[in-house]
Amino acid sequence: MGYGQTKNSCLDCHAALPDRLGVTQEKFSQDIHAQKGLTCVSCHGGDPDSDDPDKAMSPKAGWKGKIERKQIPQLCGSCHSDPAYIRQFNPSLRTDQLGQYHTSVHGKRLAAGDAKVAVCTDCHGVHDLRAPSDPRSTVNPVNVANTCARCHADANYMKGYSIPTDQFAKYSLSVHHQALMVRGDLSAPTCPTCHGNHGAAPPGIDKVQNVCSNCHAFQDQMYEKSLHKAAFQAASLPGCVVCHGNHAISYPTDAKLGTGPDAVCMRCHTPGDKCDQARANILADLVQLDQAIKGADRLLGLAESSGMEVSEARLAQDQARDSLTKARVTIHSFRTDLVDQDIQAGLKIAAKNLKAGKEAMVERARRRAGLGVSLIAIGMVLVGLRLYIKKIES
Amino acid sequence: MMTPNPPCPRERADINADQRFESGNTRRRWIGIFLGGGLLASFASFIYPVLRYLIPPPVADLGGDEIVASKVAELKPNSAKIFRFGNRPGLLIMNSDGTYRALSATCTHLGCTVQYRSDLRQIWCACHNGIYDLNGRNVSGPPPRPLAVFDVHLRGDEIVVTRKREA
Amino acid sequence: MFATLRNWFDERFDWDDLIAPLRHKTVPTHHLSYWYFLGGITLFLFGIQVATGILLLLYYRPGANEAFESVQYIMTQVRFGWLIRSIHSWSANLMIFTAFAHMFSVLFLKAYRKPRELTWVSGMLLLFLVMGFGFSGYLLPWNTLAFFATKVGTEITGQVPIMGKPMMIFLRGGEEVTGATLTRFFGFHVAVLPGLATVLLLLHLLLVQRLGISVPPKVEVQWTANPSAKREMTFFPNFLLREMMAWYVALGVLGVLAAVFPWNLGVKADPFVPAPAGIKPEWYFLFMFQTLKLIPSKVWFIDGEVLGVLAFGLVGLLWLMLPFFESDQPSNMKRWITGLAVFVLAYVAGMSVYGHFAK
Repeated sequence: MGYGQTKNSCLDCHAALPDRLGVTQEKFSQDIHAQKGLTCVSCHGGDPDSDDPDKAMSPKAGWKGKIERKQIPQLCGSCHSDPAYIRQFNPSLRTDQLGQYHTSVHGKRLAAGDAKVAVCTDCHGVHDLRAPSDPRSTVNPVNVANTCARCHADANYMKGYSIPTDQFAKYSLSVHHQALMVRGDLSAPTCPTCHGNHGAAPPGIDKVQNVCSNCHAFQDQMYEKSLHKAAFQAASLPGCVVCHGNHAISYPTDAKLGTGPDAVCMRCHTPGDKCDQARANILADLVQLDQAIKGADRLLGLAESSGMEVSEARLAQDQARDSLTKARVTIHSFRTDLVDQDIQAGLKIAAKNLKAGKEAMVERARRRAGLGVSLIAIGMVLVGLRLYIKKIES
Repeated sequence: MMTPNPPCPRERADINADQRFESGNTRRRWIGIFLGGGLLASFASFIYPVLRYLIPPPVADLGGDEIVASKVAELKPNSAKIFRFGNRPGLLIMNSDGTYRALSATCTHLGCTVQYRSDLRQIWCACHNGIYDLNGRNVSGPPPRPLAVFDVHLRGDEIVVTRKREA
Repeated sequence: MFATLRNWFDERFDWDDLIAPLRHKTVPTHHLSYWYFLGGITLFLFGIQVATGILLLLYYRPGANEAFESVQYIMTQVRFGWLIRSIHSWSANLMIFTAFAHMFSVLFLKAYRKPRELTWVSGMLLLFLVMGFGFSGYLLPWNTLAFFATKVGTEITGQVPIMGKPMMIFLRGGEEVTGATLTRFFGFHVAVLPGLATVLLLLHLLLVQRLGISVPPKVEVQWTANPSAKREMTFFPNFLLREMMAWYVALGVLGVLAAVFPWNLGVKADPFVPAPAGIKPEWYFLFMFQTLKLIPSKVWFIDGEVLGVLAFGLVGLLWLMLPFFESDQPSNMKRWITGLAVFVLAYVAGMSVYGHFAK
């Protein structure tokens, strides 16, 4: 029942009907339109005051019946593209969804006669449609990938279209999915973040870099100035995706720079050539810093567990790790000299921390030596007392 | 006439007494060394640390809720400096109008160290392009929470940063 | 030179007359004599606590904003600060252990019987004070463990019917554990408790001096039957020299503990962070804590925790009055008390171990 509505004959009947025609009061009360005061007749038309189905569902009363799929965007858009109307409910709600939709793959194909593509209700739901900020909404960031996958991961449904159906499976393995679902980081990208929501379409090979650069700004800056940018553009290769993938983006490890199964450079470059050497240099640099940091960590851990105070050095280790992170970002410039700069800065810090750890261990040894001296003195006293006692009691 | 006593028994007794006296002396010496020396050495090993302890260390700063982040001369207008505050980094900014601001420099997204962008006059995190305004509020990008703000005072030529006190 | 000094003191203090009783003091020697050392060791450790405590006072700052940092300062900046602080912490634990051991040895050797009832009472009160020292001192570094242990401990105090809530507010300096609690505990730890302990200690030692050292009943029976079997040594210097040996051993143990296992700082307390899982009090409170955890939440119509707290209070009171339950005449009561003592020792030890390993 819409609020402020006293009689709703639609629900009176349809609440009792089985699934395809059934809409219960309980279900409808979850719908945001119902909560804002709209009812069945707002979209379907008809006469809610009449209990007679013929009168209630008569075309004369404006009854539209089940809305044809092709008509749905237009119907929703009749309100949602009307800024003056939407302003009455939520002034900051966007009203360009329909316009965007027309530019999307879904919208274009729908216009060409394909009714299998997604329309508004496929993603947003209908009758229990929730606001996107509601965690139960089908288009909330934590849920929306599942919503897209309902069609896009269904091989049968997608027969006849020339796109793969493994995107969701791949995305589920990715570091972005991990961030979103496991860490709860709502800023992590999901399908609409890169593809758009209402204007959904793949970014296009030459625009991939733009999409990634919205978050990964530094890498983008480096890449923009690098040799790879021009080379990939000339070969119509999609920038970031070439090395990192698009859906199954995994956490990049140093193995990407190696020569094993995860290696990306060697997919194109020849072993032994200039680039391969640069790769090897960069990898060696990174490994060197990584090991220097780990070595200092180990020693500091040892010092700490024997009670030495090394919190200053521990904090400085974070700076060394920041240098390593920065170096890994600088890889995208594909210049060994720039990477080396960051590495050297990090090595200096790690070396200082290692020194602090060594000093702590020296101090620890000094303490134990001091303890030894005092124990010897104590031992002497004990022996002396024993002898003295023996003497005065003999 | 008194003949001298046969020497043997008395001399033997003398020798025994002397020996006993001698061994007693050696024993007393050992006791002296162990007990006296040991007591002296042990007292020294107790007193020495206590005396060193009593002398105040050169650094009087506790470095807890308050720290000298910088000297006045070090910063120019529209620039910033990272300083250590407790166990985490802090960001000290000198605005163009000469006032100072200090905030936590740990990004609330994934913990990277933020930096001041003098071109944007905002705080930027290089890791995922997060942006905070000068009040620490997260205005753009992934950061979910604002940066903690600290109090800044000038003390002579020192810039002192303190945590906001709880009730 | 010693002789001239002695004369000087004697002329002004009547020194010889003063220490005359000490010269005559004797300590019985038998196969259980070694237990006699425990009291002296506890006294020695108390002395260590006072000395290291005073040294710590030179640098420690009470107050939620500075306490943790000042302890950190002592551990890292002050020369040998780590040593003084670690000795203070270790000696505290050792002292509580020897105090308990001393109490149990007196119990089993039945040294509390007439005329030494008041020595027992003053000793038990000292034991309560020592645990109060431990509880109040534990909070002073203001780290997470200490903060939550204090919270739980004072919460339990609040469970006592009628008196509990006002007591808890008095202890905490408010409804919650805050910087005010820290200030209060500091006052207790460095002024109130030491004052009370000094008075009780003097009483306790005076009584021991006046009444002499007690002999276990079985040995007493043997010696009454066969007076020539009686063995004694003079306190001054024979027993005292042996005590000195025990004290030096304790010093060595403390040194090793402080140097090889320095006391850690922990993390500064943050009242807004939820309590870490599995928070437990220090080991000397574990047996009570674990007992309270095991009592079902409702026993009949009484709240379980209230019942537990009241039970411990009652047991403590009875324990304090123990000597008055046992008369001079031979009776079954003596055997009951020995049996009870064995049970309590087993219970305290067992519950402490259980509490240590329980989640």
